Amino acid sequence: MSVWQAVVAVCLGCYALKLAGLSAPRRVLDHPGVRRFAALVPVALLAALIAVQSFTHGQALDLDWPRTAGLGAAVAALLLRAPFLAVLAAAAAVTALLRLAGL
Amino acid sequence: METTTRSSAVRDGLGVGLAVGLSGLAFGAAAVTAGLSVAQACVLSLFAFTGASQFALAGVVAGGGSLAAGAAGALLLGVRNALYGLRLADLLGARGWRRLPVAQGVIDETTAVALAQPDEKSARTGFLVTFVSLYLTWNATTLLGALGTSRVADPAVFGLDAVGPATFLAILWPRLTAKDPETRTLRAVAAGGAAVALAAAPFAPPGVPVLLAAVPVLALVLRRPR
Repeated sequence: MSVWQAVVAVCLGCYALKLAGLSAPRRVLDHPGVRRFAALVPVALLAALIAVQSFTHGQALDLDWPRTAGLGAAVAALLLRAPFLAVLAAAAAVTALLRLAGL
Repeated sequence: METTTRSSAVRDGLGVGLAVGLSGLAFGAAAVTAGLSVAQACVLSLFAFTGASQFALAGVVAGGGSLAAGAAGALLLGVRNALYGLRLADLLGARGWRRLPVAQGVIDETTAVALAQPDEKSARTGFLVTFVSLYLTWNATTLLGALGTSRVADPAVFGLDAVGPATFLAILWPRLTAKDPETRTLRAVAAGGAAVALAAAPFAPPGVPVLLAAVPVLALVLRRPR
């Protein structure tokens, strides 16, 4: 699969999912399993994405200190109720500064 | 009375649309850092238009992993939009061909604003204003972020590789800290998902571990159908 094929597949699929929801019969929503699956799956996937992007490099487990500290800065910003972009800026700034310092 | 609720819907929509739309900057930067072209980043924002899925695909491209698994993970993240569509269908009253443009706007932010409004009319206004302002801002900032980053020799120097995980954390955070009886379950699901993905990472090509994190959820749902 080329990157372009993946991009097009994600574009078409994401749109189809949105349209399917608007067009589906009501009783699908009444099924508690459907509701529960749709509520829980994003939480599991987002947590998995955080873990994988923070602590792996290719297929190896890898602890990159500047990036881990950046993630810690994001947690601190979230605890301080900082706005979305400030959270991302804190993560990038701390990571960049630690790399600059040669850690 | 009606004008006040509708103008507050406009205010809600613009606030959310512009603020969240700005994070297209982060997506454009993350996508190019991952190795996507500027055009690929822009096509994703124009047509997929759902942040978490877009970041997820970029993450797999960065890891040099299985693109098919990466696309599947991105689509699985998009499943929640289908659920939003189910909830919004009656509220928005979109029928026939009008469903086609409305569908593209069914995402986290528009759903949140629409469902927060007190009546049907302001819900439609809130949805529309959020959709339009977010769509325009998100696409403009994606282009800016992608173009800017494509001129940076090594994005890691600027800590841009930390932006991806920080983004997912910021999306996930409210769900893990809400005062809600479900919060404990959600925390357990998050911890389980992260553990499964890390355990699988050394054995599966990048992209697959994240998909595997959905398996325990399926088991949980099937075991306890309530």
